[in-house]
Amino acid sequence: MSGAHIPDLPHFLAHAHAMEVEAAERYRLFAGQMEVHNNPEVADLFARLAEIEARHAEEILARAGDGGLPHLAPWEFVWSAVESPETAPADCAHYLMTPYHALCAALDGERRACDFYDRIARETEDAAIRRIAEELVEEERGHIAMVSTLLDRHPEPDADWSEDMDPPGALE
Amino acid sequence: MADTTTTATLTARDYNSDIKPIWCPGCGDYSVLLSISKAFAELALAPENIAVISGIGCSSRIPAYTNCYGFHGVHGRALALGTGLKVARPDLTVLVAGGDGDGFSIGGNHFLHACRRNVDLTYLVMDNRVYGMTKGQPSPTTAADWDSALAPGGTGVRPFHPLVIALASGANFVGRGFSGDPNGTARLIVEAINHPGFSFVEVLSPCVTFRPDQREWRKQVHPAAVDETDDAARAARRIMTDDGFNTGILYRGARRPFDTEGLTEIADVAELETEFKL
Repeated sequence: MSGAHIPDLPHFLAHAHAMEVEAAERYRLFAGQMEVHNNPEVADLFARLAEIEARHAEEILARAGDGGLPHLAPWEFVWSAVESPETAPADCAHYLMTPYHALCAALDGERRACDFYDRIARETEDAAIRRIAEELVEEERGHIAMVSTLLDRHPEPDADWSEDMDPPGALE
Repeated sequence: MADTTTTATLTARDYNSDIKPIWCPGCGDYSVLLSISKAFAELALAPENIAVISGIGCSSRIPAYTNCYGFHGVHGRALALGTGLKVARPDLTVLVAGGDGDGFSIGGNHFLHACRRNVDLTYLVMDNRVYGMTKGQPSPTTAADWDSALAPGGTGVRPFHPLVIALASGANFVGRGFSGDPNGTARLIVEAINHPGFSFVEVLSPCVTFRPDQREWRKQVHPAAVDETDDAARAARRIMTDDGFNTGILYRGARRPFDTEGLTEIADVAELETEFKL
């Protein structure tokens, strides 16, 4: 999506809100998956990431004020990929994944979100959209810094991290 | 489409139950569930006016993960259940969902006749071309040469082509989606539910455990180069050259749905039993 695709501020906020909601939903989904598959450390991490994104979504909704946001069908959002930029790919989850993998997925999402807002800020001709997009770029940069700090505490695991001594596909 | 009784705006999340799916992380079925929830929300259907019916298999767990009415039935019989329910309660929106093994092997005969009968319901098959729940046996849609521990060298059997069969058997709406595109699939489901008669939607949904090769589907799937048609002959010509990865609506027909109005209404069980007296 580029700035030229956005007709007005409410539509921009609708996109920003949907992006944060979908990112939160995906993290919530991953948290549930990890809980079910007995990976509590990563489940807790994803749950916290979901809370952060949900809070961000609420803040964007508050910017819309009493007028609320225009309704767009899921397929009417103009994303540059099949899903909104901040959403982690659904197939990046693995039942043995570590906090390192979760944080890498989160960092990628935050960077995509930052790029999304940055592109809008550079391309829009609407001053109100530009101002808010620039603010959101700064917020996403804050998220990138936060996730990067967390990632420093979780070094990359050994290459055999996904090896399972009792894999689900075992036939004997 | 059924009337709704809910006036408040529902979000996709409102159609999910509190039960956490036990599918493998990375499974495409999570995204199909999301697409279904988004479609219901977009249609503003009240959960109590929806019934999600399934058979057996990983994907057939889906009714438990929605907060609509649901029936997790016996293997291969989801369409029989869904057909009966829709005939008895035409006011409900009936979504029958399941996998390729349940739908095309154990339930293959029901599939043919559900297409023929053209009752107004939607059948969504999460096709991963493998029996995942039972550890990776080839299914009816598995390629003949797929080599695995359970079928060394492959089955050598030509795979079943669901869209061809649906079209030839009389389905009134035929389309294909991809789990990796949940918004596009949500749109397909909305169109399928809104279209009268039997709507068939195949959703390519990777099994990351037994078919890790299917992660590549993300790169192979593409929107169909041609628009949908209401001409069955034209749709047939298109589908015969299909590469298996075209997505979108193939066919939107104009056959009159099965008429439930003319059926005799049976008020209670005692009355029903008289129908079976020898």
